[in-house]
Amino acid sequence: MAILDILKLPDPRLKQVSTPVEHFDAALRDFVADLEETRQDGPAAVGIAAPQVGRFERIVIVDCSSRPKTPNHGNLVLVNPEIVHWEGYEMGREGCLSVPDYTGNVIRATQIRLRAQDPEGAVHEYEMEGYEARAVQHEIDHLDGMLFVDRVVSRRTDLYQRKTYAKKKKSKPAA
Amino acid sequence: MSDWMMLTLVGADRPGIVSRVTRALCGVGCNLGEASMLRLGGNFTIMMMVATEQPESALRAALAPVADELGLRLHIDTVNGELHQHLLPNVQVRVSGADRTGIVADVTEALAAEGFHILELESDVAGDSASPLYIMNIQGHSERPVERLVEALAGLDARGVSVDVAAIDLMIG
Ligand SMILES: [Zn+2]
Repeated sequence: MAILDILKLPDPRLKQVSTPVEHFDAALRDFVADLEETRQDGPAAVGIAAPQVGRFERIVIVDCSSRPKTPNHGNLVLVNPEIVHWEGYEMGREGCLSVPDYTGNVIRATQIRLRAQDPEGAVHEYEMEGYEARAVQHEIDHLDGMLFVDRVVSRRTDLYQRKTYAKKKKSKPAA
Repeated sequence: MSDWMMLTLVGADRPGIVSRVTRALCGVGCNLGEASMLRLGGNFTIMMMVATEQPESALRAALAPVADELGLRLHIDTVNGELHQHLLPNVQVRVSGADRTGIVADVTEALAAEGFHILELESDVAGDSASPLYIMNIQGHSERPVERLVEALAGLDARGVSVDVAAIDLMIG
């Protein structure tokens, strides 16, 4: 096990498109262990993608299980992940291990259906929503050489109204 | 050592202000840091952090021709600035209501009483002059839960001000 170096912008390798994984062997599983250790070493990252550590293969890890009140599928190692269905959109704030000290608002699908292989090569399908779906979309972008800074809509106020926080009654002010 | 200065430039808006100002600063070897450049009510406003080893007088001399030509007022403060000092907002407060005196003070007083730290506030007046609508978006940092802030602002609802408080969920990946 080892903590790997994270590539940071403006490193041009982050713009590279990663290739599909073909061999589901011990070397893959060793790399996944290192990738997970690297994710946990960073500042509260819920996801990491192989190209962020300079390995240009379609592997990402997403784990939203440590966040309260967040629907999630636990610790997921997603190999050759593919989003097969999108629904809705929502603005949310993102940051990235490869872009330290910068956050911005990005629009992502609210619900996705995802197909991916596990490190043994078995195919799984997941229905995801909200925060976890956002994390997966962010990580899959890395596999396509896309960074969230290329998608930032605004650094400032989220323009779209999201789920309103438990307001008892919507009292319209008298016009 | 490199010092930071906070430059404020304000003048009637017209195209080309940013390029002229930044080119002049570049000419005396200034590095630009965080900046806010906005059009406000027909004026263009620039506030920016500039790192330089030059004295303030050198900056003034470099900017004087541009400021004169474009009609910009210039103000310079030496600040103890540093990059990478971002405090991340975790709560967003949206306010709208009929434009009336005191709306900002009412909302921000209630927030301040909860220890809310405003990091950014932008506001606009929409509608028409007969019935203007004041819209304000605040981002800030709160140690207290969103529910608590909602409660603190609840009184404003009855006074015709609509307030929406939402958590800002940062996703790092
Ligand atoms: Zn990222």
